[in-house]
Amino acid sequence: MPELSGLFLRSVFIDNLALSFFLGMCTFLAVSRRVETAFGVGLAMIAVQTVTVPVNNLIYTWILAPGALAWAGLGEVDLSFLKLIAFIGVIAAMVQVLEMAVEFHVPRLHRALGIFLPLITVNCAILGGTLFMVERSYGFTQSVVYGFGTGVGWALAIVMLAAIRERLKYSDVPDGLKGLGITFIIVGIMSLAFMGFSGIG
Amino acid sequence: MANRAWKTLTAPLISDNPITLQILGICSALAVTTSLDTALVMSAAVISVMALSGASVSLIRNVLPRSIRLIVQITIIASLVIIVDLVLKAFVFEMSKRLSVFVGLIITNCIVLARAESFAMRNAVLASILDGVGNGIGYGLILVAVGAVREFFGKGSLLGTQLLMTASQGGGFEPLHLMLLPPSAFFLIGVIIWWIRSKKPDQVERPEYGIQEEPGGDG
Repeated sequence: MPELSGLFLRSVFIDNLALSFFLGMCTFLAVSRRVETAFGVGLAMIAVQTVTVPVNNLIYTWILAPGALAWAGLGEVDLSFLKLIAFIGVIAAMVQVLEMAVEFHVPRLHRALGIFLPLITVNCAILGGTLFMVERSYGFTQSVVYGFGTGVGWALAIVMLAAIRERLKYSDVPDGLKGLGITFIIVGIMSLAFMGFSGIG
Repeated sequence: MANRAWKTLTAPLISDNPITLQILGICSALAVTTSLDTALVMSAAVISVMALSGASVSLIRNVLPRSIRLIVQITIIASLVIIVDLVLKAFVFEMSKRLSVFVGLIITNCIVLARAESFAMRNAVLASILDGVGNGIGYGLILVAVGAVREFFGKGSLLGTQLLMTASQGGGFEPLHLMLLPPSAFFLIGVIIWWIRSKKPDQVERPEYGIQEEPGGDG
């Protein structure tokens, strides 16, 4: 249990997908103009991440990993080269399901998110979370915790960035830095702040 | 015609750069730039994926039903990335270990899908290849610039060759460790954007509204 909570804290703060692995940057920079939409995308991200990482974990351990098909009597078959296509398929399907659910239950949020919900499919943070899970060979429970943790970390980062950017409208930024430029600098400073967590064992 | 082709190829290099103007493909641009050689390999991988995906999407653009085009594009890109990944593993295994998951992440690199969707779906094969190569090079330029600065100031070397003697080796150069950490990549790209936009003032973003225009509004 302690190692699971450690893994959770680690994936939220130290290994923050957005700020230390630069994943999901396109959405991160594009949807962080307002706190409200940022919060919505953050929630969607947590939901997708908590489901896709464990599902991909099951698919990888039982079908794709070298020797995983032993239960079907095909011990020597190695399908791991298919993992990228399989993972992206699962992610696309999950996002589709989530979009239908959100549209049905919370139409307001659906309107606010607009195009960004389908765009989560090509959000590198989702695929990145899955690939890190495979690379670090997490078990099933670990992958649930890791998926949830990375989702929370990403949501936290985008809400914080959006809050800073809302404030920034009242400041006098040099012309060339307006918009994208200053956002990069802010994210850099936030990332520096998050580096402070890396000393925590 | 030749003129147009040349423009397709060169426009994305600086003036319509995918990273600094189109905000595409930033995810992987930052993580692989701690040294120059990873940046070079990553750019080569992205350029080849983009050229091939542009060509294949453009080839089937007239027979592809609109409703399933995203799935088909993603599948094409994923297959190409798998090929690139296997090639890297076969010939430069050590390098592919260092790039870790970021080769796989080319699939979700928005730049590839965005060019397939916005250019290759509407243009002939040759033009799509040029567009893919041009955008790939524009992406690579930023990667290589950031990678070179980070490796030079972070380790005093370029492509693994020591150029400045560090203090621990008896020289006078104290490596700037910040350069090897993630935040420096953000700062460098921010500065590159600043530089490009001060050369090209038309790219400066206009504020959505000024302070005067919203008396007591909630923003």
